[in-house]
Amino acid sequence: MKAARDVSGLPRCGFGPRTLTWWGTLAFMALEGTGFLLAAGSYLYLMTLAPKWPLNAPQPGHWLGTIVTVLLLLSVPLNKLLDKWARAQAMPKVRIGLIGMSLFGIAPLIVRGFEFAAINVRWDSNAYGSVVWFLLGLHTTHLLTDVADTLVLTVLMFKPEGQNGRRFSDVSDNAFYWDFVVLSWLPIYFILYWLPRIA
Amino acid sequence: MSDTQNPVLDNELPEQTLRERLAQIWGTSPTLWGWMTTVDHKLIGKRYIITALVFLMLGGLSALTMRLQLGSPDNKLVGPDLYNQLFTMHGSTMMFLFAVPVMETIGVYLVPLMIGTRAVAFPRLNAFSYWVYLFGGAMLWIAFFVNSGPDAGWFSYVPLAGPQYGIGKRSDIWAQMITYTELSGLAVAVTNIVTIFKMRAPGMTLDRIPLFVWASLVTSFMIVFAMPAVMVSSTMLILDRLVGTHFFNWAEGGDALLWQHLFWFFGHPEVYFIFIPATGIVSAIVPTFSRRKIFGYPALVLSLFAIGFLAFGLWVHHMFVTGLPRLGESFFTASSMAVAIPSGIQIFCWIATLWDGKLRFNTPLLFVFGFIINFVLGGLTGVMVASVPIDTQVHDTYFVVAHFHYVLVGGAVFPLLGGIYYWFPKFYGRMLSDTLGKWNFWLAMAGFNLTFFPMHILGMMGMPRRIYTYPAEMGWGGMNLSATLGAFLFFASFLLLAFNIARSLRQGKVAGDNPWAAGTLEWATASPPLPQNFTYIPMVTDSEPLWATPEPSVITGLRADRREVLVSTLVDAEPDMLEGSQLASIWPFISALTISITLLGSIFTPWAVVWGAIPIAVPLIAWFWPKGTKEEES
Repeated sequence: MKAARDVSGLPRCGFGPRTLTWWGTLAFMALEGTGFLLAAGSYLYLMTLAPKWPLNAPQPGHWLGTIVTVLLLLSVPLNKLLDKWARAQAMPKVRIGLIGMSLFGIAPLIVRGFEFAAINVRWDSNAYGSVVWFLLGLHTTHLLTDVADTLVLTVLMFKPEGQNGRRFSDVSDNAFYWDFVVLSWLPIYFILYWLPRIA
Repeated sequence: MSDTQNPVLDNELPEQTLRERLAQIWGTSPTLWGWMTTVDHKLIGKRYIITALVFLMLGGLSALTMRLQLGSPDNKLVGPDLYNQLFTMHGSTMMFLFAVPVMETIGVYLVPLMIGTRAVAFPRLNAFSYWVYLFGGAMLWIAFFVNSGPDAGWFSYVPLAGPQYGIGKRSDIWAQMITYTELSGLAVAVTNIVTIFKMRAPGMTLDRIPLFVWASLVTSFMIVFAMPAVMVSSTMLILDRLVGTHFFNWAEGGDALLWQHLFWFFGHPEVYFIFIPATGIVSAIVPTFSRRKIFGYPALVLSLFAIGFLAFGLWVHHMFVTGLPRLGESFFTASSMAVAIPSGIQIFCWIATLWDGKLRFNTPLLFVFGFIINFVLGGLTGVMVASVPIDTQVHDTYFVVAHFHYVLVGGAVFPLLGGIYYWFPKFYGRMLSDTLGKWNFWLAMAGFNLTFFPMHILGMMGMPRRIYTYPAEMGWGGMNLSATLGAFLFFASFLLLAFNIARSLRQGKVAGDNPWAAGTLEWATASPPLPQNFTYIPMVTDSEPLWATPEPSVITGLRADRREVLVSTLVDAEPDMLEGSQLASIWPFISALTISITLLGSIFTPWAVVWGAIPIAVPLIAWFWPKGTKEEES
């Protein structure tokens, strides 16, 4: 055995692309993003086949969707700050940030519940209704899981177990994932509410 | 916390003590509990491979039943309904439960050993993926035995599989089996990508990554971008059947071809999920048995990437007879032919390596020769059916059945069998019998060609696929009999392999660390490997590290009192961080169980998803929640 290098001085905690979890999160974003793209592609495919769009349904009411969009966009600055605080391992600020992000997650989720009623078509009315519900449902699943994750992290960071570099790293990765939830919504919002109006 | 201040490091202990200590820390208790909770990638990899081989047996038996039925004209052994279930079960099992999982998860076992690390990036996710796969496969076969086996073909076309024509729960079972297997496939792909990106031993720069690992990486990326397509489409299919959506219902603005586009956007790359790892196996065997480094390493890596990219631009060639625009047909013909270029480059690189090598004709190399011959034949018919006029003539005939069996069995199963002979000594510490291996090879070669070669001619004579019988006047009887006899011969070759394995486990020659004098890192550790894989993380200085320096120098400074892995930088594999690696846990099993029950329930009522949310969330939180172990320290 010939020792070539001693690594005992390396850090045992890191953030962002240095860590395994960050890359795992990115890979999940890639595959879920592909799911979004294909679902959006299906919408466009059915749209090109239809004689008119929306198919035998009134235009979707966009206001609730717009409110969700505004709420999601408003959450971005706090999310960025939370990421910064987590990287600095500043516990009091991280706790405040997590409470804030929990609220920023729950609020659009509540509006989303009503949004399904405002799109003015049922999933079983026709293919247009089916694909609209599918896109909205797919995004809601992501919203729901990230909010659940944020709530669990919030509770955790109020416990002694939270005082650990790796948990701060988890908070940072969760903030990273939230960006994806927000960004993936923007094209879906455009497709669901504005594309039928333009077309 | 005192341990964090004063951790025990590996260089503070004598080698023997360190080896025993790490083996204890990384070991799995030999109890049922240990078996259920383990996150050791080697145990999970072996479990995956064995389970996939059981599914291979089941898929093979369903094929034999079909061959018995088709062995003579006007045969009454199997009726049309059972026959429909049989070919659907055969295709679905072979593609979703055997080929993709086995090819992906040989990497679960081998990749960490080949890149010189102690674990995969997400050990619990990896364990979880196995259970989901097992439950999905079991559901499919239990359904078959209670006369609810899917019967609309392995690509489950609508409207045949849709609510109008798909009776009972058969198509739902198929669609949900997709959800299970794709969930598990995606979890393994994500784990694999991060493992290869971030856990390579120091010095393993991009040009020193073993070709098998490159193949595994490219495959994992393809899975990430292709499998969501079939998850989206199978979910739409279930929704159409369960809650009355209209994705594929023409009368309400849906479209049956949407299914075909989504399915083949996944389905064509899927062929390459199976083939690309097989090329990785070939690229591992060829240098070892040629006694020289592989010829054209950069060309081989770039070919893998090229095939990976091109595979996403071919899906429409499965739809040539659906009346596509002429320009679309021309584009997809060109792209389908283009994939022959990187495949050809690979073949030439292997031949060049063999040409200049000092060959050892052991069983693994024979299977590589079998692979080259059979796969080239399949590739040639592939170029033929890439052309629209020929495809239009032979579409849905036995010509296509012959083509894809040459590509899939020739291109993947032959290398897999070679790989089993090659790595068995590493897995179990004993050699498989080479004499029986040679019998195995020749029997497989004869059986395979006797089965599938006549199918080219049957297809030319107009025999359609998926018919349960045919009249004697068609004149197809003789060649069908040959195919049936060949199928039994081919099956016998697998029985011989099973016998060889059973015998060698007890009586095989003890292998030692590196019985083939190979050059990659998996041969640097004991056979079977220690629980920690490596007592010291090796330093890599060459693409065939063991040929460059038989005693590689090593890295020290890792903790010897917990499961710890070295995290390195993506391109240069420079040591960057140390991280605790997850301990065994029951939560992946429980999560897989609750998710599986929920998915099963959702075949019957959409409310299962709502009621299942809590039993799914609780174990996932428990899985994630810190337990105060040393592995969680930072």
